[in-house]
Amino acid sequence: MNGAPPTVVVRDLVKRFGDFVAVDNISLEASPGEIFGFLGPNGAGKSTTIRMLCGLLRPTSGQAMVAGLDVAHEPERVRQNIGYMSQKFSLYNDLKVIENLRFFAGMYSVATAELKERIGWAIDMAGLTGREQLLTGTLPAGWKQRLALGCAVLHRPPIVFLDEPTSGVDPISRRLFWELIHRMAVDGVTVFVTTHYMDEAEYCNRLVLIDRGRIVASGSPLELKEKSMAGDLLLVECDQVGKALEELQQAPGVTDAAIFGNALHLVVGSAERAIPEVKEFLAARGIAVTRIERIRPTLEDVFVSLTSLNRDEGDKGDTPAQSGKAAPAGDGGKEKGQ
Amino acid sequence: MINWNRLCAMARKEMIQIRRDARSIGIVIAMPIVMMFAFGYGVSFDMKHIPVYVYDQEKSQQSQDFLKRFQASVYFDVVKTVSSYPELVRAIDAGSCQIGIVVPPDFSKKLRSGQKVSVQAIFDGTDSNSASVGMSYTEAVAQAHSQQLQLEWLRGRGQGEVRLPLSVDARTWFNENLESMVTIVPGVVAMVMAVVGTFLTSLTVAREWERGTMEQLISTPVTPLEIMLGKLAPYVVIGLADTSLCAVMAVWWFGVPFRGHIWVFLLSTLLFLVVVLSLGYFFSVVAKTQLAASQVSLIATFLPAFLLSGFMYPIDQMPAVVRGITHAVPARYYMAILRNVFLKGSPVLTIWQDLAGLAIFATVLGLAATRVFRKKLT
Repeated sequence: MNGAPPTVVVRDLVKRFGDFVAVDNISLEASPGEIFGFLGPNGAGKSTTIRMLCGLLRPTSGQAMVAGLDVAHEPERVRQNIGYMSQKFSLYNDLKVIENLRFFAGMYSVATAELKERIGWAIDMAGLTGREQLLTGTLPAGWKQRLALGCAVLHRPPIVFLDEPTSGVDPISRRLFWELIHRMAVDGVTVFVTTHYMDEAEYCNRLVLIDRGRIVASGSPLELKEKSMAGDLLLVECDQVGKALEELQQAPGVTDAAIFGNALHLVVGSAERAIPEVKEFLAARGIAVTRIERIRPTLEDVFVSLTSLNRDEGDKGDTPAQSGKAAPAGDGGKEKGQ
Repeated sequence: MINWNRLCAMARKEMIQIRRDARSIGIVIAMPIVMMFAFGYGVSFDMKHIPVYVYDQEKSQQSQDFLKRFQASVYFDVVKTVSSYPELVRAIDAGSCQIGIVVPPDFSKKLRSGQKVSVQAIFDGTDSNSASVGMSYTEAVAQAHSQQLQLEWLRGRGQGEVRLPLSVDARTWFNENLESMVTIVPGVVAMVMAVVGTFLTSLTVAREWERGTMEQLISTPVTPLEIMLGKLAPYVVIGLADTSLCAVMAVWWFGVPFRGHIWVFLLSTLLFLVVVLSLGYFFSVVAKTQLAASQVSLIATFLPAFLLSGFMYPIDQMPAVVRGITHAVPARYYMAILRNVFLKGSPVLTIWQDLAGLAIFATVLGLAATRVFRKKLT
């Protein structure tokens, strides 16, 4: 895994739509066998980046090399080396399962000698054995998704781009899907995946957090959790959670406060010092604390603290994350999928 | 370079989708048949059975003999005999008749005395074309009757053998019975293909954008040229089948002759298909929605093919400017070739200009279509 030359190299990539900067100077590298997670709120520029890497959008400036080929100059050769699954399901609903597979095998010029084996593999992988003759439109979402993945990798591409592959899919199908991703990575495939499910982000080898077109943090999930939070994280359980949140945002020594489920997460300078202070602060305002302790941050905490979700709505300023106001956490955050 | 694997996969997929889509099947099969019948029967320049009211003020043997000539002619239908002027006027007002014939009360008296008799004929001029045709038919009927009276008079005078000095021995070539249906139907074939061909392909690319399948498609190594050829190939086959269906209907149902070479028919059809399919494809790529693309293609093909191709109005009767414009209507050339192939069957050399016109349009539009599609999202 390490030592191999990177399969994707991105330097100062920029995409503007008119005045709007969708992708702002992104640089990154991905290696064979790596599951590379793209994390960020909606509209952060994840899909735009992936589309540029697939040669579907022309970069405004910067360079993207995929499989050693410049995306802007040799998009067709790049496409022979990648598999792509767009955000929206985009196989042909009016084609049968087998017809979709044959069509995409044709598009990727899968050799006749390999055709049967590859299609058989894809059907098996998607769990669609015996359902080859069904119209694709009649399949449940989870199966469709696996079929779409099968179609995208019929030609054994060394790099796969998956744009929110599991949105709208039930948890069991999601888990199955991630197993497939892992198997591909083990075989040395570079897998680029965007998601806003935090539990899925934990499965990635490397994460890039992007917000408003910029990379705000990157590293392994563990690195992100340890490095990206300035200070310690406290879990507070109390009555009147809403009122407590409001008050704590003004409390001295508290840099950030947010609601997580029925509890609060606070970012503080030092846990030891803050625990008695917070207890006292809330007690003085008639709020009883039932539990307060230092916890390890989840990716969701990192995500919230680093992205615009944590900022004033409509705040166009460039001040980074710790401005105080809290917002509900992103979707899917309730299940911690370890 | 074209990759046959991809091209064939593309064409096969397109064929499957056409087969599964009820709307496409309707366009492919029903539209040509319906249009053939609608235009074959609906558009007729023949003036036959013109409704006539007569007002015979004399009611003599002679006047009835004269009016019987109208009855006997296929061009007139004597619908009713009225007995007053106001009644006749009302009938023309109401449109129940297009011609009113009034025989004067002194018809036979004047005839006997050798005086000139005036028979009044009133025409509904709201449709000037029918009025003038009706007028000349009426004149012909009167002429024939006078001729007969003249001959009888001469025979009565002992001139046993009377011959008319001059007669026109008219033979209409290519359309022996001068039925307008015979000239119209080959034109209808051209009309049908102009509309159906463009309409069919106008949906094909827009559908992929609308359904979101385009994003997946353009992430594969398939080239724009392969997409276009793969998408159009099934429609060329369908178009040829549709044109043949129309031609068979023209010959077997409408009784139109087929005097030319089948290969002229096939060659010109192929060229015309390249024109209309490319045009539809072009609209489809530019419009990006099926509704917009199909509407644009209907307007852009139907009206010119109907008005400016020589289908409705003869091109050499048009004002010079309009005549110039017709050169930009591809259906014009195909229409001329089809009329020749069906009715005349004259040597290919006589229609080389029309074939060349079609070939130029096929080349230009075909090339334009290969250029218009970009494998990019916007």
